[in-house]
Amino acid sequence: MKKIPFLKTLHHRSVETKYMEDRAAVLGALKDASRRDFLKLSGAALGAALGAGVSLDGYARSFQPITLAAPRGTEPFRIAYISDSHLYAKEVNDRFVRSLLRAVDDVNRMDPQPDFVVYGGDLAQLGQKEELDLGAQILKALKAPVRMMVGEHDWYLDLGGRWRELFGEDRYSFDHKGVHFVVLNSVVEKDFWTARGLSPMERMQTVAGLDNGKQSPFTVGDAQREWLKKDLEKVAPNTPLVVFSHSPLYKLYRKWNFWTDDAEEVQAILSKFDQVVVVHGHTHQVLTNRIGNIHFHGLLSTAWPWPYAPEGLPELTVEMGRPNPFDPSDGCGDGIIRVHPDGLVDKVYNLWNRNPLTVSRSYTSSSGREDRPQAPGLRRF
Amino acid sequence: MTNGFTARAFLLLPLLAFSCSSEQAAPSAMMVKLCDNETTAPIPQGRPLTREDAQRLSNELMQKWAAKNPGRDWCADEKEAHALVPPADNSELVGKNPQGQGYGDVTDRDVREWSRETEKMVLMGSKIFHSGDLLGSQIKVSCDMCHPHAANTHPETYPKFQVQMGQTVLLRDMINWCIEHPVRGNVLPADDPKMRALEAYIYAQRKGQPLNYGRR
Repeated sequence: MKKIPFLKTLHHRSVETKYMEDRAAVLGALKDASRRDFLKLSGAALGAALGAGVSLDGYARSFQPITLAAPRGTEPFRIAYISDSHLYAKEVNDRFVRSLLRAVDDVNRMDPQPDFVVYGGDLAQLGQKEELDLGAQILKALKAPVRMMVGEHDWYLDLGGRWRELFGEDRYSFDHKGVHFVVLNSVVEKDFWTARGLSPMERMQTVAGLDNGKQSPFTVGDAQREWLKKDLEKVAPNTPLVVFSHSPLYKLYRKWNFWTDDAEEVQAILSKFDQVVVVHGHTHQVLTNRIGNIHFHGLLSTAWPWPYAPEGLPELTVEMGRPNPFDPSDGCGDGIIRVHPDGLVDKVYNLWNRNPLTVSRSYTSSSGREDRPQAPGLRRF
Repeated sequence: MTNGFTARAFLLLPLLAFSCSSEQAAPSAMMVKLCDNETTAPIPQGRPLTREDAQRLSNELMQKWAAKNPGRDWCADEKEAHALVPPADNSELVGKNPQGQGYGDVTDRDVREWSRETEKMVLMGSKIFHSGDLLGSQIKVSCDMCHPHAANTHPETYPKFQVQMGQTVLLRDMINWCIEHPVRGNVLPADDPKMRALEAYIYAQRKGQPLNYGRR
């Protein structure tokens, strides 16, 4: 057992000092523990602290190491995110390309590097091969590994043909440092194009219009919900769970497809977990919500910001303020997700041309009572 | 010597040939032409026309025209795609003569036409609003990319001192700024039909909002 520092010769220590020493003792030991030893350690740390002479009489212990029934996340880690780049071919639109390059630069300059980068969907604007290929090429410059998520703009030209060739399956799951990650294709739309005799490009252009009412609402779909159920069967309810999805997995505003039609069914599948974090694209704005055990966080776009919907805005959301059209890239950006061992996240919105906004896990877990994020007001320059 | 009838037929021949256009009809067939100056249909000969004949002829002309014009339902199409806010309902004026007009009371048809014509301009605005090509965008950006359903356009706050431009502007000046910069398209003259249509659409979508000119 490691020798615990500080707990030695001082006879008169303030309550704060004693508290900090207790804390250092327990956390210092925990930091070195492997997952297996976690249970043993909590008891051992208590023993070590006692052994080092911390008295239990005279003052109430300010905190206790707790014994957990089953394993959780091992350590906090960071993920970076880039989302909704909506690329055209570079000869057609250079602005969107430069924005994505800026985001890649931001992430590559992170020190230390994040564990991985999640791409939030809508890499291409019209799902064309040259757009997807261009996006794939730009993302290759990222030093950290990338996890891709599909958006409707990537999908509805060829129904995933080129996407699968470039990036693999549109839904999958993986584990990382004790956290279970699930990536969904949550932009499944019921066939609206066959009856109207639309060509693939016409179908794509219909879906590409956020306010185009001819398309169907987004869903996860029956087949994929079955897949999700099976995937989560083996996962214990207190395992930290993070779901990446393009549509929000709740119902915000139907006319803009800020909406998942089978959201209730998906939330029911997720309900067995202690807490779940959903990170979603599509909305191009700062968006925070909490429904029961699920904490929802939106992603920024690199290409353009959407306005807030006229109705349905979740109470928890601290709005990012009306983007100034005269300020290039205002309302756009990228960001970081800090994942904690309990599975909750701090969501950092790195708004270009504004001060960053952080939605901390204490904000969502206290349902908005603590740590309210500061609305981005004046720009930093 | 030809008899009188044939002589008259020969006289009529140039006229018939003129109106036949591409249709190779027999010299004795008469054609009726649609107001597009192209579409024609043959009139049945040798008997007086009944109402059914006339209706059938009319239908035939319209079908031929429709086949040549697949984009003809653009208004209904645009409405379905982009959910127009409807114009004010004037039907309570039917049967009345509110301004003492000389030509009579307001009818149902009047109300329908006013509404349809108003919608047509607004729908044209919607079409341009949602199309990078019609805006002349060099980077395929359209207005609805930042303003779905014309959200966040605040037309009711114009005229106002647009801080970023350093002067008082109207809505159309802001539209032109957006066309020039984020859209990278062709700036429109103030009385251009496209500008008028765009303004019409943006105002229409904010129906019911109180005017508040000057609001930042």
